[in-house]
Amino acid sequence: MDWNFPDDLKYTERHEWAKMTDQDGEKAVLIGITDYAQDQLSEIVFVELPELGREVKPGDNLAVIESVKAVSDVFSPLNGSVLEVNETLFDTPELLNEDPYGEGWIVRIAITDETEYAALMSASDYHAFVRQAEEEV
Amino acid sequence: MPEPKKTPLYEKHLQLKGKMIDFGGWLLPVEYRGMLEEVLHTRKKASLFDVSHMGEILVEGSYAEAFLQKVLTNDPGRLKDNRVMYSPVCYPDGGTVDDILVYRYNREKYLLVVNASNTEKDYNWLSDRLDPGISMRNLSADFALLALQGPDSLSVLQQLTHVSLGELKFYHFLPRVMLAGAECMVSRTGYTGEDGFEIYCPAPQAAAVWDELFTAAGSNNLELKPAGLGARDILRLEAALPLYGHELKKEITPLEAGLEKFVSFTKEADFIGRDALARQQKAGLKKHLMGLVLLERGILREGYIVKKGVEEVGWISSGSFCPTLGKSCALAFLPPQKVKEGDTLKVVIRQREYAAQVVKKPFYRREN
Repeated sequence: MDWNFPDDLKYTERHEWAKMTDQDGEKAVLIGITDYAQDQLSEIVFVELPELGREVKPGDNLAVIESVKAVSDVFSPLNGSVLEVNETLFDTPELLNEDPYGEGWIVRIAITDETEYAALMSASDYHAFVRQAEEEV
Repeated sequence: MPEPKKTPLYEKHLQLKGKMIDFGGWLLPVEYRGMLEEVLHTRKKASLFDVSHMGEILVEGSYAEAFLQKVLTNDPGRLKDNRVMYSPVCYPDGGTVDDILVYRYNREKYLLVVNASNTEKDYNWLSDRLDPGISMRNLSADFALLALQGPDSLSVLQQLTHVSLGELKFYHFLPRVMLAGAECMVSRTGYTGEDGFEIYCPAPQAAAVWDELFTAAGSNNLELKPAGLGARDILRLEAALPLYGHELKKEITPLEAGLEKFVSFTKEADFIGRDALARQQKAGLKKHLMGLVLLERGILREGYIVKKGVEEVGWISSGSFCPTLGKSCALAFLPPQKVKEGDTLKVVIRQREYAAQVVKKPFYRREN
């Protein structure tokens, strides 16, 4: 299987990706699901997004994604608060399948501690993690 | 857990990159390209499904009809040779053992097509009630079963034989048709709400029939594609066809599942479950299978609770996003005393209430 895991992103064991963005000196992190996650879920037909300003801790529920097959949660990998949600996903949830690292981003959260971000998995670590998960199936 | 079984078409599914899953002990493709696309393709063109996991039980003997009268809620006396009948099989309390297709070769020979996961249970249930002089054989391993479904099905299948299939009526069958060198049984039946055929082939020749269908379709510009169990489940939901384990089970009677057409109280013969079902009908149903359409964004799924006002009134037995309708639909057990068609109810999804409307079934009906 050849999933795409861009090198400039960070990853989690729950198959989210995170990307540091710097807007006017304000540190924020974009979060979405990985190419592997979207492929496992297959046709995504519904997304539930958090309200703006919600404070989240690592492991808190950020969003709910429903594919034809299943319901799955998206968890926050970091401490922060929700700055922005991708509302285009309400009408076009298939963007999560078609462009998981671009148009299919889910939320942007303001973070307080950059070291938490640095501690997330690298692309190569995540790749190894996925390969191992696949072998166990 | 025993190793999941492979159908005679297992290698075909791998070649076609089907996503294989263990479905009730069988390795079968849940999808090839995507369930939604496979559903829409079936509605527009034609799809081929491997449903070889279904069970086939042959019942033979001079009194075979009387035996079937006893175990079926429907009336096999109304069956003619080379015709198919749908019928529930009930427990004495009216609960459902299975829902099956009955193929009549002649008055003394029938093939029962049963749900895969119920094959053993059905076989034991029937053999415990067998009358003298009747023989029963589980032929499930001998048959592969292909379902060719969709508006182009007739054009596709007709490429393989000179027998005029257009004349084969709905729920009729041909016991012997040569297809790709294999002697098959072909019925005009299906589980999708579309026109189509079900092809019973000898297991060793199933792959040849499968290949020949695609080859013949391709050389006649007919877009036949394979489709998986996921699409099949959505297709049958859109057509509001019940699925055992969801709309039918030991605790649910055929009357509650809306199958009164298939429970013959007018037939002379007594049948297992008759008294209980007659009593239930007389007393009025406490729950009845109804159709729900979600009015908000979201997906209705099995197990979700349905409320009217603050009162919990029922639950969803099957639900999905339905691509043909472009919305989420569900089958739900609801109390007919309290709930009517057109009512707006609430479905609880992750502790939040979503508005859903009670609608007439089926959600989808093909134009003729």
